[in-house]
Amino acid sequence: MPGRGSGKTRCALVDKGLHAFERVGVHHVAGHGLQGVFIGGFHAVLYLPVEQALAHGDRDGDNYRPYQVRNYYGGDHYYGDRDDRRYRGNRGYRGYRGDDGREYRGEYRGDRRYYGHSRGQGYGRSYGDVCLNPDGNLWHTTGLNKLIAFDETTGRLVCEAGVLLRDIQRLFVPRGWMLPVTPGTQLITVGGAIANDVHGKNHHAVGSFGDHVLGLTLARTSGEVLQLDWTSAPAMMSATVGGMGLTGVVVTAELQLRRVSSPWLRTETLPYQGLSEFFELADASEHDWEHTVSWIDCLAGQTARGIFMRANHMTAQETANMPSLKAALTVQQRKMQAKPLSMPFVPPISLVNGLSLKPFNMAYYQLQKMKSGFDVAHYEPFSYPLDNLQHWNRMYGPRGFYQYQSVVPREVGQPAVQAMLDAIAASGEGSFLAVLKTFGNREAKGMLSFPQPGVTLALDFPNRGERTLKLLDRLDAIVREAKGRLYMAKDARMSRDLFEAGYPRLSEFTAHRDAGISSAMSRRLMEF
Amino acid sequence: MQHIVIIGATSAMAEHCARLWVQAAAAASTSLRLTLVGRDEARTQRVADDLRVRSPQSNVQVMTTDFVNASTIQQTVNAITAQAPVDIVLIAHGVLSDQTTCQDDVMACDAALQVNGVSPVLFAEAFTKPMVAANHGTIAIIGSVAGDRGRKTNYVYGAAKGLVSRYAQGMQHRLAHTNVKVVLIKPGPTDTPMTSDLKAKGQKMASVEQVAQDIVKGIAAGKPVVYTPGIWQIIMLVVMHLPRFVFNKLNI
Repeated sequence: MPGRGSGKTRCALVDKGLHAFERVGVHHVAGHGLQGVFIGGFHAVLYLPVEQALAHGDRDGDNYRPYQVRNYYGGDHYYGDRDDRRYRGNRGYRGYRGDDGREYRGEYRGDRRYYGHSRGQGYGRSYGDVCLNPDGNLWHTTGLNKLIAFDETTGRLVCEAGVLLRDIQRLFVPRGWMLPVTPGTQLITVGGAIANDVHGKNHHAVGSFGDHVLGLTLARTSGEVLQLDWTSAPAMMSATVGGMGLTGVVVTAELQLRRVSSPWLRTETLPYQGLSEFFELADASEHDWEHTVSWIDCLAGQTARGIFMRANHMTAQETANMPSLKAALTVQQRKMQAKPLSMPFVPPISLVNGLSLKPFNMAYYQLQKMKSGFDVAHYEPFSYPLDNLQHWNRMYGPRGFYQYQSVVPREVGQPAVQAMLDAIAASGEGSFLAVLKTFGNREAKGMLSFPQPGVTLALDFPNRGERTLKLLDRLDAIVREAKGRLYMAKDARMSRDLFEAGYPRLSEFTAHRDAGISSAMSRRLMEF
Repeated sequence: MQHIVIIGATSAMAEHCARLWVQAAAAASTSLRLTLVGRDEARTQRVADDLRVRSPQSNVQVMTTDFVNASTIQQTVNAITAQAPVDIVLIAHGVLSDQTTCQDDVMACDAALQVNGVSPVLFAEAFTKPMVAANHGTIAIIGSVAGDRGRKTNYVYGAAKGLVSRYAQGMQHRLAHTNVKVVLIKPGPTDTPMTSDLKAKGQKMASVEQVAQDIVKGIAAGKPVVYTPGIWQIIMLVVMHLPRFVFNKLNI
């Protein structure tokens, strides 16, 4: 297929995506007779794994279920976890706040105002309520799992939005190409990565996911199907990248992959004491290291200790110089084929608690410290350590946990992070997976993108009810004072004014929203 | 170059088998010839494009045909075998017909029986002749656990699949002393577009990736009967041997 995806044939490629979409639209109508389930004119989206539980009949009956998800082909681990208590508990999602200011905690039955509103969802891996739509419809996009075209010379990939990042990585890394940006899990869809404008350990070097999206097809509930790219529709692109799925459903996307000549990374692990040391390391690594990240023991208070990890992709030459890597790759490939471990059940109480956290963190620190120095790691275990433990969230018990990720500007970074660590230490709550990283000095392309120049701290707190919420409110105050913002992909509880303060381009964004789409998050934080 | 033909290539199971085949070919640095046969050209083309991206070195061709007309089936098979000798044919098409509709409407019942029962048998029969002549090849047909014992909730679909089972059994008997293998695949409920209505009702289903893996392995080994996931062999053994007075009390 010569020429596919090269600059000149770009339009043709996008057309192809559109056709793929239309075709299946027709199929689904014919095959399953789902017409009339949705808002008029949105036939195309009928193809998507459309949720129709609320459509007819059942609505007022005893069989009423708050919301049901239909997914399409392709594995989805979350089906069945989605609308029951386990789900909410597992993901730390405890309800949503209605327009009337009332908190709808685990109770979706009463308010049907949002009936008919819908939203798209990929793999459902966001921590908060961004991918939920109680009382409404949910369109699963995991059925949109086809690749459309790839150009081996330019590295441009056109694919449907439900393709998993893992599938792209595993297919293209052996062929010398890789996604430039992936977050800490590769079990998410391309559409989800765009909607949340996800970032990775190499943000300072390459930016966020949206920086590598060349164009996309967006289906709107008005029935329009828009072909977008940065030159013809910069505003709509900018609203859709990081737009939480609120501007329409991303159907296909064209991505720029980057060259890699080896699946291996050369890594260095450095223990540090205190935040100043962290910032020194981060600054020293900014130019010479593509991936940087650090784990911080947030229970240690003033003397915050942590582990700084940095890595670079190895060149073909470097890989060839280490013949032992050949055998190691076979072992790694076998691991990738094997079934990952799974947390088989939800324990009655959180396994991450006051008793376990201190020894956990101490052991983790000591283990990592022993590994300090140079090493070589395959990109999968280095970048996505938790993908090897399915349902790890279940460790937090039936009440689940809250993720809390903030970014604060660099000028106030050190005192603000220190203040947050102090507040956590003072509260007696703790986080096992505390991640501290500096973002690069660049603005993200999306109007509601999370990354901004500064330092970001990500925390996981077991949900202990009011105590946890109080701590999060204190952290909110620190973030607000530092003129920072919270990551929406992980949020389930921030207040409207913190959201508005953190995202000044909100009003610009609102103009581009799809009037037929809302989510638990959008109704909590925006007008609808 | 190995030549694999897939009848009903837009079926999710078949598509995932095709992905595994091109992946294996890419890993072994060999090339593969794939002929995808579907009803709808655009949809089949979409599957073909996906496979071409996954495996640029493979030769992926698309053909469309009418699946319930015996003479077009014969013509299609002639056209395919004229291009290159066939190593494997996977017959995968099917429609999960609604039982109550089939009870109410004889036309719907006829369509369900044609598409799920008669059509796969005709395709298999048409491919057998050249394979027997070459004394080489594998014919894999997707049946169903529903074909093992008739149940009130889907016996029309089950009867069609039962026809496929009995046919495959006879062919295996006929071809026992040749190099042509017949593989009958009996998947349990699998998470595909065909079963999306069952899924909405909350039925637990196997992942299509897992089922495809079992199918590809079963075909490679030339197993006469492949239950996938394997647990269904035990379940159906029990179901088939339930005495009628117990069976009739079950709401399945």
